[in-house]
Amino acid sequence: MKKDWNRRKSAAVLFSACAFVLCAVTAAGLLLSDYAMETDFTQKNLSPSLSHLFGTDWMGRDMLARTLTGLSLSIRIGLLTALVSCVLALLLGTAAATLGRRVDACISWCVDLFLGIPHILLVMLLSLAFGKGLAGVVAGVSLSHWPALARVVRAEVFQLRQAPYLLAAEKLGVSRFAVARRHLLPHLLAQFLTGLILQFPHAILHEASITFLGFGLSPEQPAVGIILSESMRYLTTGKWWLALFPGLSLVLVVLLFARMGERLRQMGNPASVHQ
Amino acid sequence: MKHRLQFAGKKLIRMLLLLLGVSLAAFLLMNASPLDPLETNIGQAALGSMSQEQIAGLQEYWGMDTPPVERYLGWLSDFVRGDMGTSLLYRQPVAQIIGQRLASSLWLMAFAWLFSGILGLILGVTAGATRGRWPDKLIRGYCLLISSTPAFWLAILLLMVFSVWLGILPIGLSVPIGMDAAGVTLADRLRHAVLPALTLSITGVANIALHTREKMADIMESDYLLFARARGESGRSILLRHGLRNVALPAITLQFASISEIIGGSVLVEQVFSYPGLGQAAVTAGLGSDLPLLLGITVVTAAMVFGGNLAADLLYGAVDPRIRRRAAKR
Repeated sequence: MKKDWNRRKSAAVLFSACAFVLCAVTAAGLLLSDYAMETDFTQKNLSPSLSHLFGTDWMGRDMLARTLTGLSLSIRIGLLTALVSCVLALLLGTAAATLGRRVDACISWCVDLFLGIPHILLVMLLSLAFGKGLAGVVAGVSLSHWPALARVVRAEVFQLRQAPYLLAAEKLGVSRFAVARRHLLPHLLAQFLTGLILQFPHAILHEASITFLGFGLSPEQPAVGIILSESMRYLTTGKWWLALFPGLSLVLVVLLFARMGERLRQMGNPASVHQ
Repeated sequence: MKHRLQFAGKKLIRMLLLLLGVSLAAFLLMNASPLDPLETNIGQAALGSMSQEQIAGLQEYWGMDTPPVERYLGWLSDFVRGDMGTSLLYRQPVAQIIGQRLASSLWLMAFAWLFSGILGLILGVTAGATRGRWPDKLIRGYCLLISSTPAFWLAILLLMVFSVWLGILPIGLSVPIGMDAAGVTLADRLRHAVLPALTLSITGVANIALHTREKMADIMESDYLLFARARGESGRSILLRHGLRNVALPAITLQFASISEIIGGSVLVEQVFSYPGLGQAAVTAGLGSDLPLLLGITVVTAAMVFGGNLAADLLYGAVDPRIRRRAAKR
């Protein structure tokens, strides 16, 4: 029994466990979203207890429900933005590597340009351009994360094109489309998936940061960034639970995503099959 | 020497073009914003009670009736002559605001940059050299934890512990509240900068250490290292003569690439600590649709990032004889 338990299997189990927890948080947040908005002024400013594990805020809202709702929102936004930015990176990276020198120079220049503006400033500018709010956050985070990954994809495709089996396929007269589908795509897909999952933590952190600064979701929405920026006003009066638990939960969610990406990389790497 | 200058010159021209691109991109993004600067800064209620002429005057002040092309070219031609325009919110020249803000931010950023670079290198090399054993696991765990932590929450946490709970450090700002500017001592300023600088350094270390660890782990697997071991070289000499030398190039890249992250982090951290630096000004300008100020800050910070990249490119040649020779051949 013990012999069957290799690293790939434990990676798969851990991956599923992480995925399950994250799905549970997302679902719980969706179910609790109404309860999270409920105000009860007889229950305001309570420190954590058994009936309110994370305490309550100055309007008597349960912080656990608010945190879960916020995390659920963050995870969904993170999924969407990571997906959009990864697809962008894949398209632009492949385009740069295959469509000739002019296109390459143009896209590489754009990548340099985007990487030159400090990330949080770029997200701010993009969010402003889309009028803040949900649209601003989604656009800001998804349109600012592609450059680094696009550069990786570009280098990868460049390297692939010099691979003997691709050169042979070209000489054999296989069409460009077939080469892309049968040789490039399977190779890039694994990288793409890993890149996608590793993009989540960044996306979620930037979503929270930009909302915290006031460029993202509006104050009525129970986002983690909003919860934390509101908690700032009550810090000096000793309401530590308003900031501690929501932040800690955010860190946990991001850590889970980071671990998931790492496990997936382990499973996707053919060289580690026998470990 | 000539080819070195040529190389630097080429890079410099590319950098200037990129800066031009940055200013245009930032301008276009801000110009595309559907947010009405009058509504965000004055409020709908106040706008409703104003006369048509007053509103027209305000619109002119916020530059809403100037066509975008004209506005950008006007900004650019002023910028080339060294005039960055006037901030709409602060009613001061942008160059002056940026100068003041940068002076207080630079302290923080320089400290965090050096500290996180040096500590990150040490931790990364240690972890890479002992990979798989407990120092590596400890360092890696710390780095993964920190890279999953939002900088602003870490700042809030430090604020809660040191300022509210223990009460040994000030809550915010860069000088004591209600004190005459002349009476502020260097010790006061340092006390106010401790927490922001600490937050920036803690977050900065993780990335550098993780990447350095990867490089160091690769080096430990290499053939030349195996050969050095077989020759009976001691651990210390292996570390100094093979490890550090080969890790130097990626370390330089990482160190200079971290400038962008430190600036980004400072935006968040300064907001938490109400530290009157460049990052805080950027947030204020963004929230208040202050186009000249945000544009100025974007260009200045991008120039810092590109300057860092340029410095790294030039340092490669100074550090690595192979790159120097290859450049000479061309």
